[in-house]
Amino acid sequence: MRATFPSLAVLITVALGAAPLCAQVAEPDSLLPVDTDPPAAPSNLAAIDLITNNDAGDRIAITWDLSPDDGAGAGDVIEYHIWRSETAGSRGDTLAVVAAGTSQHVDAAAEPGTPYYYRVASYDGTNRSTDATVGPVAGRASFFQPTRASVLALMATFFGLVLLFTRLAQRGSELFVRRIPGLNAVEEAVGRATEMGRPVLYVPGIGEIDNIMTIASLTILSHVAKITAKYETPLIVPTARSVVMSAAEEVVKEAYAEAGRPDAYNPDNIRYLSDAQFAFAGAVNGIMLREKPAANLYLGAFWAESLLLAETGFEAGAIQVAGTAMVSQLPFFVTACDFTLMGEELYAASAYLSREPKLLGSLKGSDWMKVVSITIMIVGIIMNLVGVDAFLNWFQVQ
Amino acid sequence: MPTFVLTTIAALLTLCAYSFLYKDNPFYKFAEHLVVGVSAGYYLVIYYYNYIDPNVASPIFFLRRGGEAIALGGAEWWLALIPGVLGLLLYTRFFPKWGWIGRWPLAIYIGGYAGLGISPVMQSRVLEQLRANAIPLTSVTNVLLVVGLIGTLTYFFFSMKHKGILGGLARIGIVFLMVGFGASFGYTVMSRVSLLIGRVEFLLADWLHLIE
Repeated sequence: MRATFPSLAVLITVALGAAPLCAQVAEPDSLLPVDTDPPAAPSNLAAIDLITNNDAGDRIAITWDLSPDDGAGAGDVIEYHIWRSETAGSRGDTLAVVAAGTSQHVDAAAEPGTPYYYRVASYDGTNRSTDATVGPVAGRASFFQPTRASVLALMATFFGLVLLFTRLAQRGSELFVRRIPGLNAVEEAVGRATEMGRPVLYVPGIGEIDNIMTIASLTILSHVAKITAKYETPLIVPTARSVVMSAAEEVVKEAYAEAGRPDAYNPDNIRYLSDAQFAFAGAVNGIMLREKPAANLYLGAFWAESLLLAETGFEAGAIQVAGTAMVSQLPFFVTACDFTLMGEELYAASAYLSREPKLLGSLKGSDWMKVVSITIMIVGIIMNLVGVDAFLNWFQVQ
Repeated sequence: MPTFVLTTIAALLTLCAYSFLYKDNPFYKFAEHLVVGVSAGYYLVIYYYNYIDPNVASPIFFLRRGGEAIALGGAEWWLALIPGVLGLLLYTRFFPKWGWIGRWPLAIYIGGYAGLGISPVMQSRVLEQLRANAIPLTSVTNVLLVVGLIGTLTYFFFSMKHKGILGGLARIGIVFLMVGFGASFGYTVMSRVSLLIGRVEFLLADWLHLIE
């Protein structure tokens, strides 16, 4: 008895201490009430052919309204099950299982042209709701993407305006272009270099040939080359891209031929220096100091080397005309150069200088496109004020 | 090569470049010619391994693109061969008799890029900007934004003389432009000064160990 009394005391103590613990232990599953209530089904199930870029007709967008028990009501929905079938009345294969709170899914593996039936049901971990069904819906490759109709409308407007004014210019109509001071300075600069017997330095920027500023620059280079050919002034064109050098060679050679001075063309003056930005800037600075051009023309795409070039040219005493659409570099050119063509003035320069019908047409077309743009913006502001969103929503590209 | 030697070379070349601030001199000429020559060689290798090899040489001669095998005569093979041939045609410019051929790939290159760029540019630089700026005039900021935008667009209108209302709007536009340029100038100068500070730190700390 004595030997067992301590054991009994221990047992009783342990039992008393463990009692609260036992009360916390979950009752066996068999004792819990079983959830037999299925969640409410999702509603307004819809499926449409999703039109995207390069649409192949293989995407179908499925949308539904959330189950009333998803985040509300019983609040026990944990996921939605989605099935796809090619026959009506059959559930088919499971397409996806998405989390609660999700009300859309894209079937990205649809066979174009094949009609599908979709079913969606909510699931609470134990029970599934009744199925919401929709179908048949088939994906089809789409040639026209209606969500980008606004882009097409703007482009058609722009092309129409350009073609209209180009036709007017070709027929000899007088198309007015206001005076741009910086452009008159280009010819003055070339004239000054001729008087001083020193070369003209033309830097077409460091952009690649597909950069629109480079293309505009090469058009102006043609005009400048004709003047230098006429006055027999050396023209030095350093480039930072090999393809730009090739294009510049063609432009200058052709300009000299048109001016009747093909013999004066010197291919050694069209130079590829370096693709590296600051190596190019250093080399151009060297040209400025050693060959001492009297006129420096910086027309094209520039980055950080702009101030290096402009300051060195200023120190060398050259007259400088710059033109770029790089907003970050315009301040430096405005500060260090005698004349600066800002932004679109660079693009207008080629039309202004050459008066070619196609170039004039594009200049006038873009001008009136600005009017269209301002009008659209003002109408949008007014619509916004009166609470009508449809106008601006049409311009939303998806 | 020991690190100190490389650091010394970099420091001396830095000083050679900075000697330009005084005037043109043989040290600057040396640094200039060195960087032009090294960059030409460097970019030749970069362009070969990043552009020519993966897009032309490997697909055409080794039938591999992006690490995967391609079929001889297959679509991917032709997609490498045709641009490769066009690129080679550019070199006909070195032969006066055949130089005219080189204009065709150049025309395809320029025209292709221009055409492909029209739609994205119209969308991103015109359409999206218009939508973003059609804002209610309910605050000073919004009013300034809309007035500044209309004024700036008017300044770049070349079809009429800037007189009367048009002239007034254009003058507003140029004011906005100049304020923007001033802010951009100040911001960029700050970043250039920080580059200078970095370079001076390199000379004094990494090279001469005069500062930590």
